[in-house]
Amino acid sequence: MPSDIRGDRLSPAEVESNFADLHPLLSKHEAYVEADRCYFCHDAPCVTACPTGIDIPLFIRQILTDNPSGSAKTILGANILGGMCARVCPTETLCEQVCVRETAEQKPVRIGELQRYATDHLMAAGVHPFERAAPTGKKVAVVGAGPAGVSCAHRLSMHGHDVTIYEAKSKGGGLNEYGIAAYKAVDEFARRELDFVLSIGGIELKTGMALGRDVSLDALVGDYDAVFLGLGLGATNGLGIAGEQLEGVVDAVDFIEDLRQAPALEKVAVGRRVVVIGGGMTAIDAAVQSKLLGAEEVTLVYRRGADRMNASAYEQSLAKEKGVVLRHWARPEKIEAGSDGKAAAISFMKTREEGGKLVDTGEQYELQADMVLKAIGQAFTPAPLKGANTEIALEGGRIKAGADRRTSHPKIWAGGDAVAGGEDLTVAAVEDGKQAALSIHAALTGA
Amino acid sequence: MANLQTNFLGIKSPNPFWLASAPPTDREVNVTRAFKAGWGGVVWKTLGEDPHIVNVNGPRYGAVHSNDRRLIGLNNIELITDRPLEVNLREIKAVKKAWPDRAIVVSLMVPCEEQAWKKILPLVEETGADGIELNFGCPHGMSERGMGAAVGQVPEYVEMVARWCKQNTRMPVIVKLTPNITDVRQPARAAKNGGADAVSLINTINSVMGVDLDIMAPSPHIDGKGTHGGYCGPAVKPIALSMVSEIARDPETKDLPISAIGGITTWRDAAEFMAMGAGTVQVCTAAMTYGFKIVEEMKSGLSDWMDEKGYTSVDQFVGRAVPNVTDWQYLNLNYVVKARIDQESCIKCGRCHIVCEDTSHQAIWAEKDGQRHFEVNDAECVGCNLCVSVCPVEDCITMEHLTDGVDQRTGQKINPDYGNWTTHPNNPMRVAAE
Ligand SMILES: Cc1cc2nc3c(=O)[nH]c(=O)nc-3n(C[C@H](O)[C@H](O)[C@H](O)COP(=O)(O)OP(=O)(O)OC[C@H]3O[C@@H](n4cnc5c(N)ncnc54)[C@H](O)[C@@H]3O)c2cc1C
Ligand SMILES: Cc1cc2nc3c(=O)[nH]c(=O)nc-3n(C[C@H](O)[C@H](O)[C@H](O)COP(=O)(O)O)c2cc1C
Ligand code: SF4
Ligand code: SF4
Ligand code: SF4
Repeated sequence: MPSDIRGDRLSPAEVESNFADLHPLLSKHEAYVEADRCYFCHDAPCVTACPTGIDIPLFIRQILTDNPSGSAKTILGANILGGMCARVCPTETLCEQVCVRETAEQKPVRIGELQRYATDHLMAAGVHPFERAAPTGKKVAVVGAGPAGVSCAHRLSMHGHDVTIYEAKSKGGGLNEYGIAAYKAVDEFARRELDFVLSIGGIELKTGMALGRDVSLDALVGDYDAVFLGLGLGATNGLGIAGEQLEGVVDAVDFIEDLRQAPALEKVAVGRRVVVIGGGMTAIDAAVQSKLLGAEEVTLVYRRGADRMNASAYEQSLAKEKGVVLRHWARPEKIEAGSDGKAAAISFMKTREEGGKLVDTGEQYELQADMVLKAIGQAFTPAPLKGANTEIALEGGRIKAGADRRTSHPKIWAGGDAVAGGEDLTVAAVEDGKQAALSIHAALTGA
Repeated sequence: MANLQTNFLGIKSPNPFWLASAPPTDREVNVTRAFKAGWGGVVWKTLGEDPHIVNVNGPRYGAVHSNDRRLIGLNNIELITDRPLEVNLREIKAVKKAWPDRAIVVSLMVPCEEQAWKKILPLVEETGADGIELNFGCPHGMSERGMGAAVGQVPEYVEMVARWCKQNTRMPVIVKLTPNITDVRQPARAAKNGGADAVSLINTINSVMGVDLDIMAPSPHIDGKGTHGGYCGPAVKPIALSMVSEIARDPETKDLPISAIGGITTWRDAAEFMAMGAGTVQVCTAAMTYGFKIVEEMKSGLSDWMDEKGYTSVDQFVGRAVPNVTDWQYLNLNYVVKARIDQESCIKCGRCHIVCEDTSHQAIWAEKDGQRHFEVNDAECVGCNLCVSVCPVEDCITMEHLTDGVDQRTGQKINPDYGNWTTHPNNPMRVAAE
């Protein structure tokens, strides 16, 4: 069978309805009913579970008392990207997992959706809720306009510092703009939110400026009072198997990026039979979106069991609901070409666990695939950090930073996915940026 | 951001939210925690004479809950402070010294003898407290000893004690009124005549919260017996609001400052009481239900609302709703409304239909073209608001004001002019219109 990768598998209308908002905005009635379920817990477990520590009981009570703008201020004061986080946080493993209503009725308060209700309300008003402190005259360079960089820049600006963001791509936003599944951030939300955050003033966003190419770390350290690195993860892991170079074998992150940037979703090329390798959120997002674009068969293969997948139970069930077949306990061995020289099938070796180690069972199977999406993790690219005079320590292949997000270099801070030990979540990157900004502020003002 | 500062009888506080005299204000640790949490002031739990009174050791509180266990009403059979006077005075002094910008008013209740008041007033004055509140409200326990509500129900006593206090202290005197009385204006006028600087209201309402059907005794019970206690919390707000409005619009007391109490749970409750004439508000049950942190919601809500409305200080809206409280006879009888059901938001539960059908005017149809469909029949609708009250969906049923044409129910032309009962032809006592 010849390879069949193409766009227009579904009509524009079908694709549009497939990619509609995953959790549409709550109506006022729904928000009231849901907010009424919150107990206003003391030392609330949900707050502890939120990486940015949003005062959840307070913001929910502000919704209940018909003060959605005040509610949004409570949220954004802790998490300036609270609007995006409301859409993309795996709440089932964060705030909502520990909600006492989960304990009481196996049904948590829908914190994420209430968070969106409040932040959407405030953003619709189009007024930035925070003011800048008196100018300090200090300048900070932020590299990378992803969640970590943007959050850091905003908090620094609030404290009166002037910030310049250097971003390699043509648009800011990082993975919010390029990586988040399309149905989680509809209506150009990433761009609108970025504009909203930057509207505080005092932040210059320079796009098309890559560290290591257009500007060096030496120069930044020389020209600015402090530097924050929010570079994210630039590289993806390879499968290391035969046939990986064949046409039709694609990085899931690139596939998602193309999809996010496509002017017309239905034009995005997708295979008839798609196999996704991996067990995380990226794998699920790639698989689900392939299906929504009209791929006939989508199979996600993960080398261990369902409980070991990084994707939460909710994400796994979402994939199943959309028609993705999940297969466990198998690792890819070889990708085979068809008569046209493009990827046509992929063979797997079944696995099992023995004494905590993954071993082959000797059993094999093959799946037809004109498209193989690799989603087995991303890696940090340290190359841009190379400078003549600056050196910062790495740890496990990523940047080493303390709890205050300061690196081994006294003028450089770092956060987000680029830093070792993180959770690789938007909300964690936002918190990193905030903590780094607070630490930078303290360092610059001696406060 | 709006300025929430208040100046009540010269007592300044950073915001109008005070904790009412009750357990939350019974000791230094609580009050310090409250001030840390942001409360603008407190009325210290009522002090009495030594030897200090003794509380029961069984349950003191009862509650009314929704099925989701939300606390709607609370009652208590607690008495005034059961700690020695000297301990309270020492703590009040220490807290006032540590928190000079917050209001500290001290609630008092001693026997109805001038000597008793003369004795305690200088002791309170010495603490540096900002004012006193006379507790003429407690409906249980103390009233049986001739204090609390027993005084508050007799305007002559209210006036007499207020006068003693005014004569024996330079602190501002607030008289706290009991709602367990037919006409709250009488004790309010008496307080004013006695020279009181302000009134606060309401204290708790007499209540029995429930009956335990297994042991056939009121609940909560102590060793098989129960007694009436004081009711408070969200359920009493409408009663308190009405009493506040009566005092605020009574020609004799309309200039008397009011500190409002009773069911205040959110910023909106507070704003409503203030619009109805209260200069500050006092909160007890909401704090006892959710903890002191609740004040954060109240402060941010009030301030955001003021910003939205363009008010920069609280006195710009205090009392603004009072002129719109009137007597029944002055309501506009030519004002005609009809219920309107928004079909988009209607969930077709049929509650509006059945209440109108069974208990009102048979003005809501339940069917159209063989389908469940709820629609108002203008020829029967009297605009009573019952359907709006029972509809589970906010703003699904609204009242439309008709300004011209004919009222299909009465067949009469809509009269755009104001016309009330005092001039209505059916009123045998009507006054001729000029
Ligand atoms: C496909 C996918 C789906 C995801 N879905 C979710 C989700 O649903 N929920 C969730 O919470 N998390 C999700 N994540 C994870 C989340 O997106 C990241 O954890 C988060 O974006 C990290 O933020 P960051 O600022 O550290 O990095 P990034 O968002 O990666 O931003 C880094 C920025 O730095 C720029 N940059 C890189 N190198 C340079 C350089 N040399 N010079 C200048 N600029 C540079 C990049 O262009 C980019 O704009 C997902 C990740 C992926 C890959
Ligand atoms: C447990 C309890 C004890 C109270 N003790 C006093 C008191 O000592 N003196 C007093 O003036 N009012 C007392 N009150 C009444 C409150 O101050 C307040 O007037 C009343 O509770 C209404 O306000 P709320 O609805 O906000 O609770 C008490 C109320 C409660 C619930
Ligand atoms: S930011 Fe995310 S984790 Fe935190 S409260 Fe909001 S939805 Fe939950
Ligand atoms: S744990 Fe649940 S109920 Fe408690 S405060 Fe958080 S959201 Fe509300
Ligand atoms: S009560 Fe409200 S929701 Fe129910 S049928 Fe009537 S209008 Fe519709």
